[in-house]
Amino acid sequence: MTTLTDPPKEHFRLSMLLYDTRYRSATIQVIALIGFMLLAAWIISNTIQNLEALGKPVEFGFFGEPASYDINQRLLEYTSRDSHLRAAFIGLLNTLVVAVLGCITATIVGVFVGVLRLSNNWLIARIMTVYVEMFRNVPVLLWIVLAMAILIEGLPAPNAFRGDNPTATMDLFNSVAVTNRGVYIPEFLFSRSLGDIHLFGASSIRFNVSLDLIAVLVVLAGSIFFMRKVSARASAKQEATGDRPTIWHIQLGILFVPMIILLSLLGFHLGYPELKGFNFKGGTHMRNSLIALWLALSLYTAAFIAEIVRAGILAVSHGQTEAASALGLRPGRTMRLVILPQALRVIIPPMISNYLNLTKNSSLAIAVGYMDITGTLGGITMNQTGRELECVLLLMLVYLCISLSISAVMNWYNNSVKLVER
Amino acid sequence: MSDVSFVRTEMLPEQAPPASEVGPIGWIRHNLFSGWFNSILTLVSLYAIYYVLSGVLPWTFQSVWNADSLNQCREIMMAKWGSTHGHACWAVINDRWLQLLFGFYPSHLYWRPILALVLLLIALAPVLYSERVPTKLLILTAAYPFLLPFLMWGGTIWGPISAALGFVIGWGVYTVASKQISGLIGIILGVVASIIWWLVLSSYFVGAMDSILPIGIEAVQSRQFGGFMLAILLGVVAIGVSLPIGIVLALGRQSDLLIVKYLCVGFIEFIRGVPLITLLFVASLLLNLFLPPGTNFDIILRVMIMMTLFSAAYMAEVIRGGLAALPRGQYEGADSLGLNYWQAQRLIIMPQALKISIPGIVSTFIGIFKDTVLVSIIGLFDVIGLASAIRADTAWNGIYWELFAFIGALFFVVCFSMSRYSMYLERKLQTGHH
Repeated sequence: MTTLTDPPKEHFRLSMLLYDTRYRSATIQVIALIGFMLLAAWIISNTIQNLEALGKPVEFGFFGEPASYDINQRLLEYTSRDSHLRAAFIGLLNTLVVAVLGCITATIVGVFVGVLRLSNNWLIARIMTVYVEMFRNVPVLLWIVLAMAILIEGLPAPNAFRGDNPTATMDLFNSVAVTNRGVYIPEFLFSRSLGDIHLFGASSIRFNVSLDLIAVLVVLAGSIFFMRKVSARASAKQEATGDRPTIWHIQLGILFVPMIILLSLLGFHLGYPELKGFNFKGGTHMRNSLIALWLALSLYTAAFIAEIVRAGILAVSHGQTEAASALGLRPGRTMRLVILPQALRVIIPPMISNYLNLTKNSSLAIAVGYMDITGTLGGITMNQTGRELECVLLLMLVYLCISLSISAVMNWYNNSVKLVER
Repeated sequence: MSDVSFVRTEMLPEQAPPASEVGPIGWIRHNLFSGWFNSILTLVSLYAIYYVLSGVLPWTFQSVWNADSLNQCREIMMAKWGSTHGHACWAVINDRWLQLLFGFYPSHLYWRPILALVLLLIALAPVLYSERVPTKLLILTAAYPFLLPFLMWGGTIWGPISAALGFVIGWGVYTVASKQISGLIGIILGVVASIIWWLVLSSYFVGAMDSILPIGIEAVQSRQFGGFMLAILLGVVAIGVSLPIGIVLALGRQSDLLIVKYLCVGFIEFIRGVPLITLLFVASLLLNLFLPPGTNFDIILRVMIMMTLFSAAYMAEVIRGGLAALPRGQYEGADSLGLNYWQAQRLIIMPQALKISIPGIVSTFIGIFKDTVLVSIIGLFDVIGLASAIRADTAWNGIYWELFAFIGALFFVVCFSMSRYSMYLERKLQTGHH
């Protein structure tokens, strides 16, 4: 047996800060902190001196001044007399619109392409490979600018729709007009509308909420609630007796009947675009800039998502499929109950970063003149007021908040589907 | 023994498989028409391929190569094929390809960017194909960072030499101080010495040497840079510098030193949370505000700095993934051998972590190379900026497919070869058994 004795206690000496690994880490950290603070102080003092020389102290008062520029694609009402803050808010909403639209489209296209790349059909797999390689290896800005050029130069002008013998016709039963000034789609109108609620009075973030929309959403939520009830009851009966009652017609009834009653009560109808004067009137006007950005971003991101989906499906070992079929599961159920839950764990984290990339890439809107937050706050507002420092820093802050909240939400979701280990 | 036998005594000769199961026919049956759904898919895709090719092939090959303007192009098309649709007007590329490649770089100096590119390939060879190329070429690789700016911007040769001297001085101070005092002090003193040299002494040195021995080549202004050359220049610098910075950031993020760790985390998450375009705004509008009054340095240099920081943050995350994927036993093994932190990193951890993260590193490279086109938004004339300028020109107003096909092809070739190289590298470095 040996007895361990403590090493003799040393007194702390100054040289131990350098030579003793126990203290050296503290030294390194203090030096790093001092270096960082010196750098920050140097930058801040330089900035203050430079701004003083330019006569532009940091202040955010310009946000209250009238913006006096127009934003043609917007969700909320806005006039050029509104403040810069309101313009930035409208721009932020535009960023979110294109990000959400893009993420949804990119996911649909990406999953489709990713699954088809694994197809047994050689030709389909090759075509999808060509698509993925083509979009992944060319800058997204090029796709955006190209999409914009095609929309502007390649599509018919509104007056091509005029006359007895027009060179262009409207699509989808005369309801959608695709022109070089944008796409006009039917809008939802209610002849016995319930009206709007005005929120936040006259402030810069004021907006109206349509009561019709709320009614529709409430009815939809109710329908879904009852559908789940019916489904749960059917499952309970299946557990008890082994027979699952047919419920799909009840489900459809619950979904559609209340909605149809509500819509007819509200006097729902579609407002079609019509050619009046030199341009189309009525309907919802989606500008070329929005469509170009949306198309290019979603097709580009879809190529990345396709690769992620493919890798995710390949990552589930083949034994899982075999085990599932040994248990007697049909291929559809194998996919839904065995493969997808496992593949999703591999797919979700890189998918999050692709959604983030799409959102950040939407700042390229400025190249095609879509008025997102970069186009308003980082574009016209900055140029008009000459407040580069404030505008760029705020712009970064806004994007940082968007990114951090998307990744927070997605990480929460990721944790909820994660495999629970010991 | 009865002569009635139930069992065949000799083997039947092996028969060839049915003709429909082997060869091209069998392949087609298995891969294209293995069921009704597959057959429909095949027919639909065959039609899609026919549709695309029937448009693209005549457009590409029945085209006009010599014309001065789009209108002239259309006249030639009218005369030749009787329609202006479905025919490319490559004349715009024929007319402007030099500009698209080099921007406004003086045409009698085109040899310099070309030489820089050739030297780049030679300097990269010992790194990329280490087993086939003599290692002596690594000297060129080490000298290349100083050769590149000299060739591109020109001017006096003493500038790059003085920049290189900074490294030499830093290294000298480090070796002396680390022997005399301690490694940590050595690093700090070396860095400080280099910074003092670059910021204070180097300008006197360059001035003095230039008056004694004025060696140099014709200087080119930054605003003359442009085209695809600019993309390659920005890409090479950002890629080359961001890898070491990214490794340092990743190590910082993984380290036990709390303050260092949080500084690295803050930097990485900030850069990754904002779009590159806002960082380019910082480069073009704010960076001069952050520096001492009166400093006004080159826009391309500013863009390079921001792009490098941007890609370093992404690189750090990729490498951190590689570090995290390494089994814990490797770290413990290094410790048990008695290696210190840097020895363990250099000999055990980094070679494996970098190997794991090759695909991620290369896709970051590809990403940053593609992102270089964003500089057109802050007003530099890279390929997309030049394409917009050409489209705004009255002679070529209304042309787009030809231009973008050309630019897209340039990027495709570079990015696609990078991704193929990473696959080759993965195979080459594959040491595990699967």
